[in-house]
Amino acid sequence: MKYLGLVLAGLLRHRSRSLLTFASVMTAFVLFGVLDGVRTVFSEGTDTSGQDRLIVTSRLSIIEPLPYSQLARIAAIDGVQQIAHANWFGGVYQDRKNFFPNIAVSADEWLAIHPEITLTAAERDAFLTTRTAALAGENLVDRFGWKVGERIPLEGTIFPNKSGSNSWTFDLVGVMRSGQDEGSGFANELIFRYDYFDEGRTQGQGTVGWYVVRIADPARSNDVAQAIDALFRNSDAETKTQSEKEFNLAFAKQFGDIGLIVSAIMAAVFFTVLLVTGNTMAQGVRERAGDIAILKTLGFSGVTVCLLIVTESLLLLLAGGCAGLGLAALGLPALSRALRGQLPPLEVSVDTWLIGLAIMLVLGLVVGVPPAVRALRLRIVDALARA
Amino acid sequence: MVELKGVVKYYTRGRQQVEVLHGIDLSIADGDFVALMGPSGSGKTTLLNLIGGLDQPSAGSVEVAGRRLDALSGRGLARWRAANVGFVFQFYNLLPMLSAQRNVELPLLLTGLSGAERQRRALIALALVGLAARAKHRPGELSGGEEQRVAIARAVVSDPKLLVCDEPTGDLDRQTADEILSLLQRLNRDHGKTIVMVTHDPKAAEYATRQVHLDKGLLDGSVPA
Repeated sequence: MKYLGLVLAGLLRHRSRSLLTFASVMTAFVLFGVLDGVRTVFSEGTDTSGQDRLIVTSRLSIIEPLPYSQLARIAAIDGVQQIAHANWFGGVYQDRKNFFPNIAVSADEWLAIHPEITLTAAERDAFLTTRTAALAGENLVDRFGWKVGERIPLEGTIFPNKSGSNSWTFDLVGVMRSGQDEGSGFANELIFRYDYFDEGRTQGQGTVGWYVVRIADPARSNDVAQAIDALFRNSDAETKTQSEKEFNLAFAKQFGDIGLIVSAIMAAVFFTVLLVTGNTMAQGVRERAGDIAILKTLGFSGVTVCLLIVTESLLLLLAGGCAGLGLAALGLPALSRALRGQLPPLEVSVDTWLIGLAIMLVLGLVVGVPPAVRALRLRIVDALARA
Repeated sequence: MVELKGVVKYYTRGRQQVEVLHGIDLSIADGDFVALMGPSGSGKTTLLNLIGGLDQPSAGSVEVAGRRLDALSGRGLARWRAANVGFVFQFYNLLPMLSAQRNVELPLLLTGLSGAERQRRALIALALVGLAARAKHRPGELSGGEEQRVAIARAVVSDPKLLVCDEPTGDLDRQTADEILSLLQRLNRDHGKTIVMVTHDPKAAEYATRQVHLDKGLLDGSVPA
């Protein structure tokens, strides 16, 4: 601790340069915190244990349809309590940029298996009795200014209807309120009745996109998942059963390998930080050759001077890095709110902090050791003669 | 205090070896104030660096305060310097980010003294050179003469027996130079410090008790002041 003043004096000798370097390190770690938070969401565990809802999709791809006839056979499996089914519609509201998930669902079963969807009794009745009924998430309603009773036109991008056009119209009969925070995806979805969709489409009748299965005992989720997949093994429609969370992540991964993209961006960012910080440290030590020579003249050993410089470098990286991760931790909840539940809640996890600290230490050593070695080798008489 | 025998020093410049000192024999008694004089390039600073343990001779022996410096390792020399020598340079060589007091405290960081004790001793040293009131000022806020006083306080704070001064008044006006030289003289007379001072200035040399002339790497002989 008695050397802390010396370390700070070294760092603050060129205050503006050190502040700019601090800012660049901080920015890099803000980016790291945010992107790693996103990466974590996209790559969370694959274990289905403890999940009370499972998703059954085609083993080939989540866009490959499954026959409706599988429903009864899945429902008969020991441990399966409820089953619902759904189909991705892919409709566009007015403009392609107005993207939101819109899904045809088995109305009654869907509401039963998703008790977190909060509806009034009138809304529920209307949805179950009106063939063209649709329910919209509260964020969607806010976003487009929809009112209950309004007719919502969607342009089908996958399924034309029997009238020969891609135009589908739905009656908005209620607003889905999750009753939870931004973690629920329903707030941004529009769902409508599968029977209306299946009768109206020109292709794929009698198939579904995926099944949602509620199991009686979450502790047996792995067993039930394996039993479902075993039932259809070697059939024309082999299945892949996974947790709901895993399904959502797999769905999101269709857009690209988020982990790889994030890693590539971070590698580029940290390489830049390495160059910037390395240059700052090298330049700083070069300019302070006279000061270093004086310290050695006064009796500071080469090793002590070396450690002072490495400590400077570590302090710069740790201060900038922790400030950056701290800002990311403060900013991610706001980002989650801005995304309106399109992703699970984002946060800077303990793992991200630990990885971040490890990166700070490694970068600190990599940029600190070369100038420290130069200081170690510095000959006092040469440096004093130049000073 | 200082005993040099047959000291040779050469530097390697590219493929050439340049001999700067050609067999120096020199004795400096405890309590002496020696002015080391000579033209530029005569080897004064090189000789001073050897006496202060900043460099090693190529041949010969350097014994200071009873210790053979030519036999010490780099780390051993660093420890020896911390305990036995104070340095004063022409351009003061203070650390610009530290206050006068923190600059003076630097040699004490290598001791086991507490922070409070280091601070107390630094303030005593600053009082000795008449700068107690400027303890919190940084070098950039001090005049050249004041900076050199801080450097002298730093040199004496750990109470070394030997002070080596390389052109301590070379960057100062006459009046300030006289004040600094008087201060060094007082340290020599009243506090018993042995001082070896390199200077070009004959007036500065008059403050010393003995003058030694060096020319082309050889001693001319000692001349009593």
